[in-house]
Amino acid sequence: MAKLRMRQAIVAALADEMERDGSVIVFGEDVAAAGGPFKTSEGLLERFGRARVRDTPISETGFLGAGLGAAVTGLRPVVEIMFIEFLGVALDMLSTEAAKFRYLSGGKLSVPLVVRASAGSGLGFGAQHSQTLETWLYATPGLKLAVASGPRTAYGLLRAAVQDDNPVVVLEPRPLYGEREEVETGDAAVIPLGQANLCATGDDVTIVGLGQTVGTALRAAESAGWTADVIDLQTLLPWDRDTVFASVARTGRLVVVEESPRTGGWGTEIAAAVAGECFGDLTAPVTRITAPDVPVPFPPELEARYLPGPDYVRAQIDTLLDSGRLPVPWWETEGLGA
Amino acid sequence: MTATEALLDRRGGLRDRVARLERMLEIRALEDRVQALFSEGLVHGTTHTAQGQEAVAVGVAAATRPTDVVTCTYRGHAVALALGLTVEDVLGEIMGRTIGSVGGVGGSMHLCEPDVGLLPTFAIVGAGIPVAVGAGLSAQLRGGDDIAVAVFGDGATNIGAFHEGLNLAAIWQLPVLFVCEHNVYGEYSRFDLTTPVADVSVRGASYAIPSATVDGQDVDVVVAAVEEAVTAIRAGGGPRFLEFKTYRYAGHSRSDTAPYRPEGEMELWRERDPIDRFTERLLSEDALDAAAADAMAARVAARVDEAVETVKASPVPDAEAMFRHVYAPNRSR
Ligand SMILES: Cc1ncc(C[n+]2csc(CCOP(=O)(O)OP(=O)(O)O)c2C)c(N)n1
Ligand SMILES: [Mg+2]
Repeated sequence: MAKLRMRQAIVAALADEMERDGSVIVFGEDVAAAGGPFKTSEGLLERFGRARVRDTPISETGFLGAGLGAAVTGLRPVVEIMFIEFLGVALDMLSTEAAKFRYLSGGKLSVPLVVRASAGSGLGFGAQHSQTLETWLYATPGLKLAVASGPRTAYGLLRAAVQDDNPVVVLEPRPLYGEREEVETGDAAVIPLGQANLCATGDDVTIVGLGQTVGTALRAAESAGWTADVIDLQTLLPWDRDTVFASVARTGRLVVVEESPRTGGWGTEIAAAVAGECFGDLTAPVTRITAPDVPVPFPPELEARYLPGPDYVRAQIDTLLDSGRLPVPWWETEGLGA
Repeated sequence: MTATEALLDRRGGLRDRVARLERMLEIRALEDRVQALFSEGLVHGTTHTAQGQEAVAVGVAAATRPTDVVTCTYRGHAVALALGLTVEDVLGEIMGRTIGSVGGVGGSMHLCEPDVGLLPTFAIVGAGIPVAVGAGLSAQLRGGDDIAVAVFGDGATNIGAFHEGLNLAAIWQLPVLFVCEHNVYGEYSRFDLTTPVADVSVRGASYAIPSATVDGQDVDVVVAAVEEAVTAIRAGGGPRFLEFKTYRYAGHSRSDTAPYRPEGEMELWRERDPIDRFTERLLSEDALDAAAADAMAARVAARVDEAVETVKASPVPDAEAMFRHVYAPNRSR
C-alpha cells in the first residue's frame, strides 16, 4: 500500500492494465508527451511507447469513434475526454453507436471501450467546464457509468472498466485529482462495477453520494447529532439497488446528495426507486440535496454556494430529522430562483 | 456619454493607427497584470492570455464595425478589448465581480458585449465557428452589408465544427470572415504534431473559400488583409478565410509553463513582437515621437492600475446573480 494522489492512482490503474493486457491502448488530447492535462497518464508514453500511448488532435468525434472502431476489432482503448463537456461534440459515438453495437450485432460483437473524463465544479472553471453531466449518459442501455470518489475508487473502478467488455464511462471529479489516500493496488483492489460501498455506518439516515459528494456526506456526518450509513454508489449504471435498499430498510430515511442541478439529477432515479420499493420502511420523506437549477457560476463565493457543502448537508439533514418534513433548499428559503 | 457610446467610441477610435498601438499596449498590460493578480490571489480559476497576439485582435477590430457579429474563444481578453470592451468589463469578469461584462458570473473564458458585436465567448473549441455562420445567415437575410467574424485557433481546425461551418458558409455564400489565430500550439501540442498541413488556409481553400496566410505580427498587414476580405464579403462575395501566423508568449493557461517550446523559438518571435515593430514604424514615420510614446505607455499603465482598483472595489455578485438570467422572459410579439 502506498499513499497516492487520485491522479497517480489513475496512472497506476492504466499502467497495471496495460501491463496485463497488450491490447490496452490510451489516447486523447495531450495524454502522451505531456502526461495528460491533469497528469493522469504521466510516464505511460515512456513506459509503453508511442504505438500504445497517443496524442490526438482536438477531434473528439474522430478519436472517440476511432476508439469504438478499435474496440470492436480487438483493442481495448482507454480514451480521455479532458472535460466531460467535450463529450458533447462526440456524444453520438458513445450513446448512439458504441452503446448499441452489442445489441445491433445480435450479440456477435462487444465493445471494450473506456471513456475517462474529468467532471464537476469547485475549481472556478465556469459554466462550460464545471458540470458533471452523468445525466447525458444515464438513460443509455448498453453503457456502464462509474464515478470515482477518491484515489482508491479511481484505481479500482478504472481497472474494472478496462476489464469490462462493454463501453464504460469513468468520471473523475476534477477537484479530487490532488487528494491523497492509502491505495492498495493489484488485482484484489479491482472494484466490481455495479457495487456500491458502505463507507460509514449509522442508524438514523442513509446518505447516498457519488463522486465528490461522497466526501461531502462523510464530512457532514462527522460532527452531526445523528449517525448515518454513507453509501458511495461508485457505479451509477447499473446501480446497486440491494445495498441502498438494505440500508434504507434499517434507517428508514434516504438522503441523496448531488452536486448538479436539481431537475433531472441522477438522484431522481434513486429517490424514485426507494420511494417505491422501500415504501413500507420509510419514516421520513425521501430527500434530495442538490445544486440549484442554474449554470455553474464562476465567482468562487457563488460556486461554493452552488455546490452543496458539508455544513449545508448537515443542516438539511438536521431539519429532516427534527421536523420529519422535507427540508427546503437554500434558494427557496431565500426566495431565489422562483 | 452612455456606456454604449463609450464602447463605440473606443471601437471607432481604432480608425487611427496610433490608437491601435495604444490598444495593443493596453491588451499587453492587462494580460501581464492578470498573471500578477493571480499570484496575489485575486484571480481564481483558469485564464488564457494572449500576449503576442495583439496585432491580430486589434487589426480585426479596426477593420470591422460594431454591427458585425464576432464569435471568439476562451482566449478572448485581447479580442474583447480590441472590439471596445473596457479594461473594467474584461477584468471584472476575470475577477468575478459585478462590474464584469456579464456581471461576474462568466469568468475569464466568458466575455460578451452585443453592443460591439461580441457574442458570449466559447470555451468549447470550435463552437464559435458554426455560430458565426448562423450570424452570417441572419445578416444575409436581413439585407444590408453587415458580416459575421469567427475568431478561432489553429487547433480548432481539427474539429468537425470547423469543417461543417466552413462548408455551410461556402454553399450558402454567407457573409462570414473566418479568422484563424495560428499561434503554433493547441494546448501543449505543436501544430505540426496534430495537423498534416503547414498552413490552415489550404483548408479554407478546400471549401472553395478564398483564403490566405498572413503575417499576424504586423498590425498594418492585418488591417489591410481584413479590409480587403471584408470589402469583398460586404459586396456579396461570400465567405473569406484568413490565417494569421502569430505566437502566444504565455503558456496555454495559467498553470502551463510551456516546457514543450523548442529552445530559441520564443526569442525568434519576440524579435518580431507586434508592439515593438509597430512602435518603431510609427516613430520612424514621425506619426509618433518618443515623448508621446512614453506618455502613451504611462497612460495605459495608469488606466490598468485604475481599472484594477475599480474592479477590486466592485462587489462579488450576490447569490441572486446565479439565478438572474437563466431564461429570457417572453416578450409579446
Ligand atoms: C471540444 C473541446 N476539446 C478540447 C478542449 C480543451 N482545449 C481548450 S483550448 C485547447 C487548445 C486549442 O488550441 P487552438 O485552437 O490552437 O487555440 P489556442 O488555445 O491556441 O488559442 C484545448 C484542447 C475544449 N475546450 N473543447
Ligand atoms: Mg493555437
